[in-house]
Amino acid sequence: MKVRVIVTLKNGVLDPQGRAIHHALEGLGFEGVNDVRAGRVIELDVADTTSDAALDEMCSKLLANMVIENYRIEKAA
Amino acid sequence: MAFTSAVITFPGSNCDRDMAVAIEQVCGGTVHRVWHGDADLPDNLDFIALPGGFSYGDYLRSGAMAARSPVMQAVVRAAERGVTVLGVCNGFQVLTEAGLLPGALMRNAGIRFVCRDVKLTVDNNQSLFTAGYDAGQQITIPVAHHDGNFFADDATLDRLEGEGRVAFRYAESVNGSARNIAGVLGDRGNVLGMMPHPERMIEAAQGGSDGRALFESVVRGLVAA
Repeated sequence: MKVRVIVTLKNGVLDPQGRAIHHALEGLGFEGVNDVRAGRVIELDVADTTSDAALDEMCSKLLANMVIENYRIEKAA
Repeated sequence: MAFTSAVITFPGSNCDRDMAVAIEQVCGGTVHRVWHGDADLPDNLDFIALPGGFSYGDYLRSGAMAARSPVMQAVVRAAERGVTVLGVCNGFQVLTEAGLLPGALMRNAGIRFVCRDVKLTVDNNQSLFTAGYDAGQQITIPVAHHDGNFFADDATLDRLEGEGRVAFRYAESVNGSARNIAGVLGDRGNVLGMMPHPERMIEAAQGGSDGRALFESVVRGLVAA
């Protein structure tokens, strides 16, 4: 089973990388970019029997730092 | 009492030798060098130091992989037993990732790696690590980091300040850290994480000796105890 974990910074957590990307986009002349937030995508290939609880645990124990990040799990159809 | 300490080396640590030399020179006793894959620590440790560097290439997040290594499980258990633990720079990142200290160290607000001497203010001189300083004393210690921007939610920051757990603050903004926090104590006072490198300011040949009092405080506090 292919699983995609999307890790994003929590709202309210300042994102220096997102800000730098935003600045660079403006430098390239792109207008109307209101905000940029950078995150991370982690693709897993796991046994079909892997439970949702186990996936959650993988995310909260390692893949995301719950102090500053949220995660979202997407399973490939 | 012979002072017994350990310096942990992760793959990618690069301040482990400086840390060991600082402890040898200032604290004396026996300094064990411990590899990250070791599941056990030497017996009867008084002091454990997690050095600076780029453990595991900073993969995933700075300190994230090291915090899950076998030796860190042993360090967490030792800290819970009351053993004194110091994490400097990457060591601070490892301590937050391991849950021994609150908050997280994020990318510097200015994006750039910051490598220079900075002025720190000793916020709390009542701790095991800072008793050798005066309250409010300004000291100069170098920083060298990319991810030193301390973040915690406001309630956590209020609690840290209220409990006297901010050991050091930057005298001016260095990396965007919340409330200019440079070093944080654990809830029982036996764990300190800080981004600046006290082990790089031990003697005049290094450009100053303002870091020396931290190691002197630890050995005095532990040997007297």
